[in-house]
Amino acid sequence: MEVLIFIVSGTLAAATALIFAAMGELVAEKSGVLNLGVEGMMATGAAMGFVALTQSGSYTVGFLAAAVLGCLLSLIHAVLTLVFRADQTASGLAIGILGLGLSSAIGKSYEGRTVAGLPELNLGPLSDIPIIGQMFFSQDIMVYLSIMLVLATWYVLTRTKLGLVIRAVGESPENAHALGLKVRLIRASCVGFGGAMAGIGGAYMSTAYTPLWAEGMIAGRGWIVVALTVFGTWIVPRVTFGAYLFGSMSLLELSIQAFGWSIPSQAMSVLPYVVTIIMLAAISRNLSFIRRNSPASLGAVLKI
Amino acid sequence: MADTPLLRLRGVSKSYPAVLANDAVNLDVMPGEIHAVLGENGAGKSTLMKIIYGSVRPDAGTVEWNGEQVDIQSPLVARELGIGMVFQHFSLFETLTAAENISLAVPGTIAELSDRIRAASEQFGLDVEPNSRVQAMTVGERQRIEILRCILQEPKLIIMDEPTSVLPPQGIAKLFETLRRLASEGIGIIFISHKLDEIKALCDTATVMRAGRVVGVVDAKVEDARSLTRLMIGHEISAPTHSGDRSAGRAVLDVSRLNYTPQDPFAPSLKDITLSLRSGQITGIAGVSGNGQDALTRALAGEFVQGPQDAGAIVLDGKAIGVLGPDQRREQGLHFVPEERLGRGAVPIHTLSENAGLTTHHAGLVNWGMLKLGKRRALAQGTIDAMDVRCGGPDATAQSLSGGNLQKFIVGRELALRPKVLIASQPTWGVDVGAAAAIRQKLIDLRNEGAAILIVSEEIEEIFEICDDIQVMFRGQLSPPAQIQTTSIDEVGLAMAGDFAALSGREAAHV
Amino acid sequence: MSRLVIEARPERSIWAPVQVSLLAVLLTCLGGSVLFMIYGVSPIKGLDAIFIDPLRTSYGIGEILLKMAPLLLIAQGLAIGFRAQIWNIGAEGQLIVGAIAATALAIQFNGTTSPLLLPAMVLAGMIGGMIWAGIAAFLRSQFNANEILVTFMLTSVALQLLYYLIAGPMRDPSGFNFPQSIRFGAAAKFPILIEGTRANASLYIGLVASAVAVIFVQRSLVSYKMSVGGIAPAAATYAGYSSKKAIWLALLISGGAAGMAGVGEVSGPLGMLQRNISPGYGYAGIIVAVLGGLHPIGIIFAAALMALVYVGGDFALLSVGLPNAVTGIFQGMLLTFYLACSFLLTSRIRWIKPNALAQEASPD
Repeated sequence: MEVLIFIVSGTLAAATALIFAAMGELVAEKSGVLNLGVEGMMATGAAMGFVALTQSGSYTVGFLAAAVLGCLLSLIHAVLTLVFRADQTASGLAIGILGLGLSSAIGKSYEGRTVAGLPELNLGPLSDIPIIGQMFFSQDIMVYLSIMLVLATWYVLTRTKLGLVIRAVGESPENAHALGLKVRLIRASCVGFGGAMAGIGGAYMSTAYTPLWAEGMIAGRGWIVVALTVFGTWIVPRVTFGAYLFGSMSLLELSIQAFGWSIPSQAMSVLPYVVTIIMLAAISRNLSFIRRNSPASLGAVLKI
Repeated sequence: MADTPLLRLRGVSKSYPAVLANDAVNLDVMPGEIHAVLGENGAGKSTLMKIIYGSVRPDAGTVEWNGEQVDIQSPLVARELGIGMVFQHFSLFETLTAAENISLAVPGTIAELSDRIRAASEQFGLDVEPNSRVQAMTVGERQRIEILRCILQEPKLIIMDEPTSVLPPQGIAKLFETLRRLASEGIGIIFISHKLDEIKALCDTATVMRAGRVVGVVDAKVEDARSLTRLMIGHEISAPTHSGDRSAGRAVLDVSRLNYTPQDPFAPSLKDITLSLRSGQITGIAGVSGNGQDALTRALAGEFVQGPQDAGAIVLDGKAIGVLGPDQRREQGLHFVPEERLGRGAVPIHTLSENAGLTTHHAGLVNWGMLKLGKRRALAQGTIDAMDVRCGGPDATAQSLSGGNLQKFIVGRELALRPKVLIASQPTWGVDVGAAAAIRQKLIDLRNEGAAILIVSEEIEEIFEICDDIQVMFRGQLSPPAQIQTTSIDEVGLAMAGDFAALSGREAAHV
Repeated sequence: MSRLVIEARPERSIWAPVQVSLLAVLLTCLGGSVLFMIYGVSPIKGLDAIFIDPLRTSYGIGEILLKMAPLLLIAQGLAIGFRAQIWNIGAEGQLIVGAIAATALAIQFNGTTSPLLLPAMVLAGMIGGMIWAGIAAFLRSQFNANEILVTFMLTSVALQLLYYLIAGPMRDPSGFNFPQSIRFGAAAKFPILIEGTRANASLYIGLVASAVAVIFVQRSLVSYKMSVGGIAPAAATYAGYSSKKAIWLALLISGGAAGMAGVGEVSGPLGMLQRNISPGYGYAGIIVAVLGGLHPIGIIFAAALMALVYVGGDFALLSVGLPNAVTGIFQGMLLTFYLACSFLLTSRIRWIKPNALAQEASPD
């Protein structure tokens, strides 16, 4: 039972950064903009959040600063692709590289420092329920916020006019423009939202999950987030499920060490990447499955 | 202020790098008037409508709305003024329902809108089911959604861009009835067309355009087809020389029981297609777009390849070619002119030289895997000369040419290798009148040399003008062939709605 | 009113790519100046340290040539794929696998003086890189798995593979448990080009690759077909060009080139296999390819520039105390500004003069 509690509560925490970034990326992609710079935005958010937290002592300030910087970075992508009609792939790579450089510059003098980490939110009687309370209700506030973000993203995309507009712009920007929708503004907002969420996801890594700043600490999570939108075929519940799956995987390494099995640590470290590759191949194979919910104009250069 | 025009354009001009699309155009539309804008493809009608609807900014000129000067910067501004547009190629979102599509342009919840949609459908005779998805709809249904979407925005002016070109003949009468009802409510309608009979039947006034200019504003009821044609074209044109009675040659391409299901779940599958193309004969495929014509041309050209067991479904000169790709089929003498010019028939940012090589490498343009650049350039120059392509020479990029000139270049490239079989999809769609006539004449010349030709066209008139035989496509099936000379447009119209018996009724031409 | 319009260029301009690249460099210098001021360094001093200082000494020039070799090789390979819109972003991983494959030979034939060892290592590195990129080609062509994600993931896998090997099977048995291989013998190393510098003969591989790339891009049917597939996929389908073939070619060529670049590192300045075999050459190669306009000749200049930024970054750390994160930001800015300006490749800006008609028609 101890193990189960460890796995469930650990998965929730480990997936939180992925959830934030993945919901942001999903919204951006639903509007038709692929942003491959998630890794860079998360790294920048991680460094910024960590620095802002240590400077101000406030988690709110830390997460806000991370969100703002992630958003600004993603807006460079929005300007490149929406105004200058740059290739979305190349532009995403550019801000990914820019973000990694920026993160190392911001965090330079904080390298290796640690902070206290987010406290658990006491939910009173809920947290006191045996087992269940320890699994689900002994988390920090960001874990709960990430779950609320999932619900909100799902609700907005599928049940509201705003979601309809985002999906329409993602399917055909030309038609949306002809209808009088402000395609660039809508897309830029979605991309900016994605950047802000990636920033928060990164900051969660450096200020709550680890909690320390080290260059390269995002370690490919941004790319896994991009892969998650494909695995989840652009559907909120599936993307969320994927994020928890990957969250649980990062626990495996710890568990195996706990059991004292002798597997080279490198073999455990490659697991998320290898699983990503295998799942990508397995899911992408079925073209019509992939295409049913994929935004039709995703990745295409804006023609209006 | 009954004599204040709803819309008044003065001196509107718009130029593109290669062409002056609108040259000091004036236009007046009164409330409740159905105003035709008439002109051949390439006369500048579409550009003018885009200016009125705000999706293109004019270089010069003024626009007045109810007597006040306005600057229509975007479609949003146009819609706020009360200008609606029904696009020729619809601007609907495939993955959304009818009501969702409409809700993007009209305020209100889906439930409220569904009620309004039902009410308006009744009032104007436009059958639309609010909760079904656009993906699965016919062209007619899609157009009705577009019109409803316009109406529910309570516009004062509706622009209809060639609305009849996508409808079967029976659907056109119904559309006209709707438009008359709208006009009677005081809504001004701009009706764009190049079909004279429609304009005479529907419109009050006609503004005639030619080469970007207005060449006359006439009373549509008074003028006759001949005088309108003269205005529109500048001279009377003679139909291409089409030698009448012809004995069909041997079968060159035989297609028997060809089946194909495209990956796109909403595209119609090809069902038991049987077709025989004969030497010295042009066969036309008529049909409302979206009935499988695209899949058919791709399957014939080799973009869709048959499995080995079905290799014999397509036979060229006695050789089963079902498993061959497009390049291998071209080597066997089967060439294809696709519908889309920029991006499919030609690479937009490549030069004409480079584009000349797209489909002709097998004709001695490659040596040890290396391109013979001089020879390729000569081929491009030869094509430019033979087809009278107006361009900056072989180094001009494909995207710098007008649609008509690029189409002449593409057709010329495919003709340069003297194909045994030529398949052409919408060869003159959106092409100016001079280029269209030149292309049709080249196709007829090729037929007279003994080639077998298949033309897929949504314009029945074109098929009647240059084809010898006609077959109709409906929901992935192909009707048996009928001779053009013994077939009427009405019969073809019935067949386009699925009644193949109407077409073969007078001939016992069952295959 | 007069206004600026952006319109399509009627003909392709040979100079447009050069203009765009120079504009991007200029804007990066401006952006860099802002960055220097944030760090309290005068822009003139900062730019001098990065762009001019390394050129003053033969040591600096040698370092530039040293870093140019892998960048050139990787970028020439990547550009072939990028032109076909096949995005191999995992050159870093292919470089690592190439280095591992070459190291296997160096360990196996340690002590030999055969002149064939080095060519064999280059070949092994090339094959190693090809195999690594080939996995992505297989998954993309057979399963439609996005090659961007797969090549990135494979880079992470390659890195772990490297860590495993140098900590175990490939570790120098007499190396005090340091995670590194044995030191390579002379036969396993590239000869030095300029005495007193670290620049070595692996640069020749990059130059030969550039020459081959010029012919390949300008004359070969294969390259033409691949570029059609990249610019207009529908045209490639219409013409009957195989997209699977393009995927395989793009990834094998770029993987092979990156693998050889890996050999250049272990058989060059490092002389052994160790944890840090590349300061991100695989990623910088992406920037070099794009900045060079995906053109083989442009890439030579872009590789030299990027090498200068690398060396200049190191110099700036020592002379004016700029952190080496500056290098990463400079790289990102170069690519960002290039993309911002790249619409000028196919479009041009033109003034529309005030129109007489418009003025005449307006009431006042």
